[in-house]
Amino acid sequence: MSTTLRPTAPAVRTAPVGAGRRARGTSPRRWLLVAALTALALLMVFPLYWMVISALTPGGQSQSSEFYLWPEAPTLSNFGEVFSTQPVWRWIGNSLLIAVVTTAISVCVSLGAGYALAKYSFWGKGLLYTAFLITIMIPIQVTLVPSFLVVARLGLVDSPWAVILPTAFDVVGIFIARQFMLSVPDALVEAARVDGAGEFRAFFQVVLPTCGPLIGVLVILAFMARWNDFLWPMVVLQGNESLTVPVALSTLTNNPAFASPWGAVMAVATITVLPILVVFLAFQRQFVQGISSTGIK
Amino acid sequence: MSRPGERRARLTPYVFIGPAALLFAAFSLVPIIIAITLSFQDTQTLGEGEWVGVDNFAKLGSDRLFRTALINTLVFTIGTVPTAMAAGLALAVALNRPLPGRGVLRAMFFVPMVAAGVVVGVIMSWIFNVDYGVANNALAVLGIDRIPWLTSPNMAMFTLIIVVVWTRIGFCMVIYLGALQSIPSELKEAASIDGADRWARFRSITVPMLTPTTSILLILNVVFSLQAFDVIYVMTGGGPGFSTTVLIQYVFRSAFQDGQMGYAAALGLVLVGILLVFTLLRQQASKRAESFL
Repeated sequence: MSTTLRPTAPAVRTAPVGAGRRARGTSPRRWLLVAALTALALLMVFPLYWMVISALTPGGQSQSSEFYLWPEAPTLSNFGEVFSTQPVWRWIGNSLLIAVVTTAISVCVSLGAGYALAKYSFWGKGLLYTAFLITIMIPIQVTLVPSFLVVARLGLVDSPWAVILPTAFDVVGIFIARQFMLSVPDALVEAARVDGAGEFRAFFQVVLPTCGPLIGVLVILAFMARWNDFLWPMVVLQGNESLTVPVALSTLTNNPAFASPWGAVMAVATITVLPILVVFLAFQRQFVQGISSTGIK
Repeated sequence: MSRPGERRARLTPYVFIGPAALLFAAFSLVPIIIAITLSFQDTQTLGEGEWVGVDNFAKLGSDRLFRTALINTLVFTIGTVPTAMAAGLALAVALNRPLPGRGVLRAMFFVPMVAAGVVVGVIMSWIFNVDYGVANNALAVLGIDRIPWLTSPNMAMFTLIIVVVWTRIGFCMVIYLGALQSIPSELKEAASIDGADRWARFRSITVPMLTPTTSILLILNVVFSLQAFDVIYVMTGGGPGFSTTVLIQYVFRSAFQDGQMGYAAALGLVLVGILLVFTLLRQQASKRAESFL
């Protein structure tokens, strides 16, 4: 598939079918298609637009049954209110710390595991890989209580490590890394060995430098998953001060402290989405590649 | 017999895979084993459980709520998976053609994917709010009565399906786009020279070429739907009544609201069983299809 990750060279995009020789005759129908697609696309982004608009709408207008698409008097007061009454900066700090550290650990773990699975044959390899893959099938709710027991036994409850360690094992990341490493030529590794490089030098100095696109995709996918994570952090983080933004967001909906809870909720929702949205717009290609590579055998 | 260097080389892969294996053992394998042992116990609290054999599994048969959850899960899965896949395919085919503004359009269809489930949940709860939601406010302009999107047991599941499809379309579209781009254009050109119109080309070339992608997407989407939690938890919490209580919601409820860890573990294992059976059946089916070709 053309969107598969390949070492060093970015994914090849084949030219669209029939580019260049179309564009005759069918013009009105084509514009109709574009118009219909645009209408649908606007509907797709509307909820996110509405989130931002609701965050900027004063309580009075948002609690009305009037239809509007733009508030009469846009205001930042919802942000002001929620920032002054809730530890929003702490939440953002917690989320950032957890997402960054988990991403760093899980990318390293996935690169190592992917390399071992792709380039070595060793006892227990098939069994281990199958066991890894089966965990995709097991919903977190099934192991929620047992995982909590393990984390409690390790004395980690309410600490960021309770979130970081269990989520640093990322099967999808290992899977993508393995697929990528399979396409790194064996000759490259062999040549390094012949030149007298040890196994680890061969990995760090010869293989790793070809893995730029892979690392980009792994970082983006892991960061998004960890930043957006909800259920597990909700279970192991307990004090209001130690929450991540998504967990805090879910507690806000029924917080009696706000004149109009929806304005505050939408303000925090906007804060939750914004970082990922910026990453998406800046690295759209890697993002799409990453998503595609999760869907390929 | 082997020299030290060779032995070291043989240990190397274990060093590379060690951290992953360690994390897997501590935070996946051990919890799974605990879950399996819990499923044979009666536990009211976090304390020691009592061995009850297969009682938890036997109880499933007479549990009305389990049957409701099973049916809801089925409705939810059938409502979301084919819809999201068909819409994703249609968009991918449309946006694979050279169209003005194609890049922006693709990005717009894709963007809902970046929002966390919780964020999707709160935004949609607000949009579909009966009294102040923009959906009903817009319908009121058209003279249509307010719809109890989330507060009526008959509507809530439907609303959830719309919301989840909304988050899923972009994913299906991107995967299908990748697959479409790998179909050699010569195939289609040859077919059009043979006089095949667009629909015939779509049916006899595009669809068969996409079959492997479709089967992977089907598995992924079913897994996603069976595990869909955040959106439902935030939007309805399984209600009103039990109208949107899907299996995964019931597992959570049994463990954390009813404090029945053992029963929750049994429920969870049944869900895993359903997933495994589905995946294996799917694999068998695609193997048969391959040998048939």
